Amino acid sequence: MALKDITLGQFFPGSSPLHRMDPRTKLIGITLYIVALFLAVSFVSYGAMFLVLALLIRISRIPLKSIVRGLKPVVFILIFTALLNILYTPGEHVLAKFWILTITLEGVRTAFFMVVRIMMLISATFLLTYTTSPILLTDGIESLLSPLKKLHVPVHELAMMMSIALRFIPTLIEETDKIMCAQRARGADFETGSLIRRAKALIPLLVPLFISAFRRADELAVAMECRCYHGGEGRTRLRQLKYHRLDRLTIALAIAMCAAIWTLGRFGL
Amino acid sequence: MSDPIIKTEDLRFSYTAADGESPVVLNGVDLKIEKGSFVAVLGHNGSGKSTLAKHMNAILLPSGGKVYVNGVDTADEAKLLDIRRTVGMVFQNPDNQIVANVVEEDVAFAPENLGVPPEEIRRRVDDALKAVGMYEFREHAPHLLSGGQKQRIAIAGVIAMEPECIVLDEPTAMLDPIGRWDVMRTIKQLNREKGVTVVIITHHMDEAAQADRLVVMAKGRVVADGTPKEVFQDVEGLRAVGLTVPDTIELLWQLRQAGLDVPLDALSDEECAQALKQLLDK
Repeated sequence: MALKDITLGQFFPGSSPLHRMDPRTKLIGITLYIVALFLAVSFVSYGAMFLVLALLIRISRIPLKSIVRGLKPVVFILIFTALLNILYTPGEHVLAKFWILTITLEGVRTAFFMVVRIMMLISATFLLTYTTSPILLTDGIESLLSPLKKLHVPVHELAMMMSIALRFIPTLIEETDKIMCAQRARGADFETGSLIRRAKALIPLLVPLFISAFRRADELAVAMECRCYHGGEGRTRLRQLKYHRLDRLTIALAIAMCAAIWTLGRFGL
Repeated sequence: MSDPIIKTEDLRFSYTAADGESPVVLNGVDLKIEKGSFVAVLGHNGSGKSTLAKHMNAILLPSGGKVYVNGVDTADEAKLLDIRRTVGMVFQNPDNQIVANVVEEDVAFAPENLGVPPEEIRRRVDDALKAVGMYEFREHAPHLLSGGQKQRIAIAGVIAMEPECIVLDEPTAMLDPIGRWDVMRTIKQLNREKGVTVVIITHHMDEAAQADRLVVMAKGRVVADGTPKEVFQDVEGLRAVGLTVPDTIELLWQLRQAGLDVPLDALSDEECAQALKQLLDK
């Protein structure tokens, strides 16, 4: 098992307009895109949404291959959704009847739209994580959610936790690798046997991993205190988020897109 | 002489254990660290040296006695940030001190906490990274760096607070020889060129020998205090508290035991070679 291959929220550094955009713009843009996706009802509106996505992928210069690869893990969900929709949508145009199952034209149509919708939704979120570094993403989320501070939502703490978690993923993966090697050297077997056996073999791996994670957390907390960490109050940032012309333009376009798809929907398109 | 930057008065500390017994870790430590000095604290495992370090910036508070930083009592909670800003601390494991996943973001952490304006943070981060020789790595991910490089990033993260004093708790214990050498060179430079007071906790003799002043701890007390040359002459006394002496002193001591007339204070390799040459020339 090559643990180092695990990628979480993979980021492709680059210099496209999408990379340079403020993370908040991208977050708002993605949200609006998802809203528009749910407003779309016809081939015309779905087609328009597809064109927007294709254009964005082109601008980002992210290889299409990596987006397709990202879709692989959800294939099962897609098939499952499609089957449910095909089999359980009532309708007038019966295409086939078999035992208690009926397939209608409406069912096929709904299934198709549902699958396309999920695929586009996931691709769009990939576009966000592929073009935004985790740090900027966290900063963006913190800044967008900061009005919630008034409602006593611990926005800064949540963002801090997120960025520390991101920081420690590679460290903990490395540690897991080390413990696995140490256990293997003493005859542990992680790869053969039934599922239950393999799950049991993970216990001697998880226990030391958890203990060390707690120890690390303790040391990190002391180190943070030594560097005068005392919560989000009065904190400044090295990197200031700033909206530029490109950002204002993008947000305006995203709102226009939503409005357009909604209007199309009113006309049944 | 000006006021000491750190002063402990009859410092006592014991952990409160669950079973009611409280092992005494520090048993009356009186110490003055002068501004601009380079002090090594040497001691065996369990001698209380790390516990002493943690008292120097109010991570731990004394069970008895007092600790003053620039004349301020560390027990004064209102002055906590001032104390921690004055005395920075670097720990053994660099991985567990790095907060962010970009080098410069991590170095910026302390000034961000102190509410320093962004342009000033930029300047401090660049200065700190240059001071430890890691400026070219400012946009790297810390987990891809070597142990020695990570530890220098951790030091930069403390320097960015612009502290008057840095306490390093066994900063080289997890590093390879090259990393150790790099870190020690960085620390010495900070002391000589920037005038930062340095307190290094260690159990490496060769590191302790590089300091201006050496404090030896055993069983929660200071058992020797002086220049490395003075302290290392007491070979038997150090052995009694579980410590060895640098190889040069060991060699000279053995020769002396054998009845030869050699000085005991030749600490560096050159001095030792010189002493041996004189012996052979006689």
